[in-house]
Amino acid sequence: MRRDVQRLIFLLLPAGIFFAAFFLLPMARLFFIGGSGKTGWAAYAAILIDSHYLSSLISTLGVAAATTVATLIISGISGVFLQRHKFPGNAALVAMLTFPLAFPGVVIGFMVIMLAGRQGLIGQVTQALTGDKLVFAYTLSGLFMGYVYFSIPRTILTVMAAAEKLDPKLEEAARSLGASPWRVVLDVIIPGLKPAFISAGAICFATAVGAFGTAFTLAAKINVLPMVIYTEFTLSANIAMAAALSFVLGAVTWIVLALARTAAGSTVAAAG
Amino acid sequence: MTDIGKPLAIALQGCAKTFADGTRALEPLDLAIHAGETIVFLGPSGCGKTTTLRIIAGLEEPDAGGKVLFDGVDVTHLPIEQRNVGMVFQSYALFPNMTVAGNIGYGLKIRKTPDGQIRARVAEMLAMMQITKLADRRIDQLSGGQRQRVALARAIAVRPRALLLDEPLTALDAKLRDTLRLEIDSLLRSLGITAIYVTHDQAEAMALGDRIVVMEHGRVAQIGKPREIYQRPATRFVAEFIGTMNRLTGTTQNGVFSCRAGDLAWNEAPGHATEILFRPEDIRIAESDEASGLHGKVAAAFFLGDRTRLFVEVGEARPLVVESTARREFNHGDAVRLSIDPRGLLVL
Repeated sequence: MRRDVQRLIFLLLPAGIFFAAFFLLPMARLFFIGGSGKTGWAAYAAILIDSHYLSSLISTLGVAAATTVATLIISGISGVFLQRHKFPGNAALVAMLTFPLAFPGVVIGFMVIMLAGRQGLIGQVTQALTGDKLVFAYTLSGLFMGYVYFSIPRTILTVMAAAEKLDPKLEEAARSLGASPWRVVLDVIIPGLKPAFISAGAICFATAVGAFGTAFTLAAKINVLPMVIYTEFTLSANIAMAAALSFVLGAVTWIVLALARTAAGSTVAAAG
Repeated sequence: MTDIGKPLAIALQGCAKTFADGTRALEPLDLAIHAGETIVFLGPSGCGKTTTLRIIAGLEEPDAGGKVLFDGVDVTHLPIEQRNVGMVFQSYALFPNMTVAGNIGYGLKIRKTPDGQIRARVAEMLAMMQITKLADRRIDQLSGGQRQRVALARAIAVRPRALLLDEPLTALDAKLRDTLRLEIDSLLRSLGITAIYVTHDQAEAMALGDRIVVMEHGRVAQIGKPREIYQRPATRFVAEFIGTMNRLTGTTQNGVFSCRAGDLAWNEAPGHATEILFRPEDIRIAESDEASGLHGKVAAAFFLGDRTRLFVEVGEARPLVVESTARREFNHGDAVRLSIDPRGLLVL
């Protein structure tokens, strides 16, 4: 028994070292720096009390959550479609859908401005149609649009890989039992894709929480945590506050992802 | 046992199927399936048997001009979800996100049956398939045989008009296959439901089918009762696909068929017969002092307990397969004399 335990510890060592070096130690360091400023540990309290910080935390999580949901819906539908229907140009289209991965956030921000900015396409069209110019590039909506754009590639590839493994016989069995196409989606396809949705959604959410380039390009009114941290760090030189915000950003993201995984896991267990 | 409504009569009229890539999976097929009968589609893979089943199910539409009739009503363009047919697949196709009971009750849930009735029906199905203990199990905790019982229960729970089974036993091991075959047989008899069963296994087809449809290259080779198919095969393909068939080549003259191994008296021999076919059980190993019969040499002998399976060299391309219940021992190289029951002789 003792030997087994020793061996187990030994085998866990690489993961342990990795976990300590890239997660525990940096987080601990951030945590202490966060408490070392003029206001001491009150920096952490400020995040929840100061409306500027709190609202940026909420809008960061909100945009990330909305991005995740929108991306999963779009990628789920198109991923299954692209997997199921092979048409001429299918491969080219899939390749095209994946190439936003290559763009830096700045380019994506620039594209959002071209589309929904003051001189953007949407602005021109709406002005011609209604007389009012619709401009939303410089707000959270613009940011949301950019995030969805660069989240789709990762998600769609995961969904397509999972859709390939769906057993078409399951859908046929459900239909033979009287399930309408919509019920088949609900009872067979979505449960079948759930693991893919969870892992792709987690990556999508975490990326959207931390993305900086796009927000930085759109700038102005956008108040998301990475921007606030940047401002505190470079412009105000309030290193303690930047560290505290970073720590909270990391911790909150981790908690949300852990909760999502647990919820998903328990529904799987409950259903099974 | 369980109330299935009046059994369904199914008719196919000119049902052909050509796939998008141009392959012809099924030549135009006319077939009447009687209410309450078990019909087996039998043939090698790619013969069109599964395509036919899928056309009946509503998973495929026949090419233009083909018609599927349920009790005389045209259902050709009715999708499967509105046909009320139960399906059982080779891969079981159970929903992994539901329990055993959830799977069995799924069709009833879709039909918005009240919860109490679903529970009662599921309990009835579980009892019928003798899997009551498994009700709350997850699908991945079941063995193959248990899974197929659940799949059967799920298909029957909704009281389908017909039951369609696509190679339901193929994924199981031999012993389980025999057990489940018996269970399916008694299930189909007790339900009195119209059943369509697809298989490439002739033993399954013979055991289960009221009638067998033997298929080859998208065409029906023969339709008939198992006994007819076995004893009076219509084509060479049927003769060789079902059971074991021996072949002798030679000439016929004055009621005697002559081949390399000797002469065979056969009064009804058609004059043109240059090749005769017969089953292993129609050959008898003659006592050594009998003068008549064919000469042969034992090429291989397999003692199977109740009988011995012999391969006898008679100067033909393939040795004859002989089943002998004689209590003697056979060795490689033994000279034997064979007599053949003329009633078992076929010319195709």
